[in-house]
Amino acid sequence: MVAFNLNGDPVDLSVPDDSTLLYVLAFDANAIGPKYGCGKSQCGACTVMVDGEPVRSCVTKVSAVAGRNVTTLAGLQEADGTPGPLQRAMIAEQAAQCGYCASGVIIQAQALLDRNPNPTESDVRSALNGFLCRCGAHNRIVRAVLRAAQEI
Amino acid sequence: MNKIMNMNRRGFLKTTGSLTVAFALPVALGADDAFAQEVKLHGDVKKSPMLDHWIKVNADGTVNLNMGKVELGQGVKTAYAQVAADHLDVAIDRLIITAGDTFVTPDQGTTAGSGSMPAAYGALRVVASEVRGILVDLAAQKLGVSADALTVDDGKISTTDGRSVNYWDLVDGQTLHREATGKATLKSHEDYKLVGKPIPRLDIPGIMNGTPTFLQDQRPEGMVFGQVVRPPTYKARLVSLDTAAAEAMPGVLKVMVKNSFVAVIAERPDQVLAAAAALRSAAAWEVEKVLPGSDNMKEWLRTQDAVVEKKLDKPREGGAAPAKVIRQEYYRPYQMHGSMGTSAAIATLGGDGVMTVMTHSQSVFPTAKAIAGMLGMDEAKVRLQHVQAAGCYGHNMADDAAADAAILAQALPGRPIFLQYTREDEHRWEPYGSAMLINIEAGLDSDGNILDWDFHVRSTPHGARPGGNPANLLSARYLDPQFDVVTIPKKSGGGPNYNTARNAIADYAFPGQVVTDHFIRQDLIRVSSTRGLGAYANIFATESFMDELAHDAGVDPVEYRLRHMTDQRARDCIVAASERFGWSSFDKGNNRGRGFAYARYKNYAAMSAVAAEVEVNKRNGRIRVIRVVTASDAGEIVNPDGLTNQIEGGLMQMLSWTLKEEVRFDDTAILSLDWASYPYLSFAEAPQVENILINRPGETYLGAGETLVGQAAAAVANAVFDATGVRMRDLPFTPPRVQNAMRS
Repeated sequence: MVAFNLNGDPVDLSVPDDSTLLYVLAFDANAIGPKYGCGKSQCGACTVMVDGEPVRSCVTKVSAVAGRNVTTLAGLQEADGTPGPLQRAMIAEQAAQCGYCASGVIIQAQALLDRNPNPTESDVRSALNGFLCRCGAHNRIVRAVLRAAQEI
Repeated sequence: MNKIMNMNRRGFLKTTGSLTVAFALPVALGADDAFAQEVKLHGDVKKSPMLDHWIKVNADGTVNLNMGKVELGQGVKTAYAQVAADHLDVAIDRLIITAGDTFVTPDQGTTAGSGSMPAAYGALRVVASEVRGILVDLAAQKLGVSADALTVDDGKISTTDGRSVNYWDLVDGQTLHREATGKATLKSHEDYKLVGKPIPRLDIPGIMNGTPTFLQDQRPEGMVFGQVVRPPTYKARLVSLDTAAAEAMPGVLKVMVKNSFVAVIAERPDQVLAAAAALRSAAAWEVEKVLPGSDNMKEWLRTQDAVVEKKLDKPREGGAAPAKVIRQEYYRPYQMHGSMGTSAAIATLGGDGVMTVMTHSQSVFPTAKAIAGMLGMDEAKVRLQHVQAAGCYGHNMADDAAADAAILAQALPGRPIFLQYTREDEHRWEPYGSAMLINIEAGLDSDGNILDWDFHVRSTPHGARPGGNPANLLSARYLDPQFDVVTIPKKSGGGPNYNTARNAIADYAFPGQVVTDHFIRQDLIRVSSTRGLGAYANIFATESFMDELAHDAGVDPVEYRLRHMTDQRARDCIVAASERFGWSSFDKGNNRGRGFAYARYKNYAAMSAVAAEVEVNKRNGRIRVIRVVTASDAGEIVNPDGLTNQIEGGLMQMLSWTLKEEVRFDDTAILSLDWASYPYLSFAEAPQVENILINRPGETYLGAGETLVGQAAAAVANAVFDATGVRMRDLPFTPPRVQNAMRS
């Protein structure tokens, strides 16, 4: 049994303690967003926030988040379920081709904006440097994060 | 006539990331007349002629659009919706789009080769126009007026005196159940409302907001998890395996061993990975040592027996001997699709005997046939449904995942099997883009102009899609000895698409040109269609060599290209890119240089010129691409933002190939097994990019996903030469290679 808060709501799941956080989120808690990309903390597609810090859920055991606050895409939405400011900026900039990397990138960028509400372009590129985007939407993503910073 | 939006650089970067330039059409090329005309039916429509197979108008005011081309992140669903909505005269949000379902949609072959937009032009535009025509004729009868007195707005057909009837009030189940005739009133491009506009992608809001969009987001009831335990090498055979320990592990539902195929099903993802690891350590394999090693590939390519075939044989007839002859050699290693998400599928064998596979295959129809053949099932009982997943860029392992999930679903009927490969399995087993060796010789006149062009390309195959053939599904060769040998065609692909020789023919007006393809029919390393096929290396070689010849002649490289280029559309791209880049006024900074390249993909698809500025760190050999300008002509533009996204995305991926990517292997096995051993372009390394789009209203829509594959590599190589005086002829240009080149 593992209990934690997911996007503000308490969840209590009967899963093995040593389960990988990514799989518990994706398949037990049905949190759409974090994706399997490498399983080795190399690509960032699985990134979620734990107590406000970005964490690679593919190399994290679910037991490590017991009693803590986990945030995925749903946690960034407005109260009515519509996209939040960073998500709106990603849509406005059409910042994806396939979008498989988007969830992890958005979580990492939100963590940056929480810490530094007025990042420079260079700050954004540094913050996202451990994230891979194979489709080549890099510059669109950077523009979206800068747009969100202006609008928040 | 020519409209150029001049924005300052800052404003430009903050807005759309693209400039659009509208050019008037050369008169002779006009194709689009706004009157009823008989058009040659596109092959896709001949294959699926019933109109209601493509488009259904429903009584509730919705419209089904069924397409055989699938969404790979290239935005094709949105582009097709634009084309359909404009030609039907309905709002885009009325469309319910189904793509790539073998039980529902027309068969439009494989979604590849930048071919989706030409198919939209040739098939969808005609079908939608014909549907509109039928509905307007029905309205004319009902309203007692002639059809040409009616106007249509969002499905509402109106007379000039204010009477009207809606599409959805005119249809019954049979209205559109008739064959396309090819006689349709085609709308003039001036009347488009959506085509040509940067309509936002229909799927992006859901992706950003966490709405289930991807195959990996699907959760059918009762889903369990599968993994395949791959051999350590391509031709390894299973010697022994005791499955008892794995079978006793928590959650394990089934272990499957058949010949050299080993797989497992378990209740939870962690459980299936643990069981697969246990099986891997319990298995004994007979392993072969037959690979030449990645460091020896150039020599290997040079010395193998090959099927030699001239793809172009137009030597110069008569004339003086060249004043000078120059030769060079260029090399491209094996490179990966490297999809962000590993390949996945969900398969279920239902109580009705139908195998349903959710897949991100680019070729659902032929792959369904291949899977049926592998499983010994009736083709009519295998249904593939495309669901979008991570971008694929060619034939990656999507089809293998569909096949593997189906094998396991057959072994455990009634339970949906979710299978997603591990990163290591995807890296080791995906079919790569072939290694290639290119030799070019040019005969020059006394002014350095090209008289004779002799191009030789050596390569293993570039195409091994399933194409209905089980032998091209990875697991089939381990499962069943009859599929042991991958089928390799007797010859490499012919024109106009080619494969190895794609873009081996240069579009320049050389007095003599001969292109020879040396096709090495060996299944050494698993390979298949990878972005651009042979075009990436062939264009890299051609456009690098053009730069070398320009420098040898003492002529500016842009001017040198224009001297040899007669095609006006090509010249417009070259001029637009060089002007926007500031080529003639370029002020070369310390350790910096500029490079240029141009090509037209497949000699008939979209064309792009690329200008790049790089900085080379002479101490550590690191190349930084600072900025890139592209200028592209993809015919009539359906969606400028989608087009820019494709062009810039392609550029970034090709820069990554060019600077960083090479599949490494020793005499036994693949060594590039994760993103540390096979790195790709980071956010910090992505350059600033400006994209100029040249719009050609009335010209065929051309796809653009591969329009600048090789230009990116050549522009960087040429810029490195400008910066350092060193020629980079072997891809990728890693820091050690650059250092070595500078030393020697």
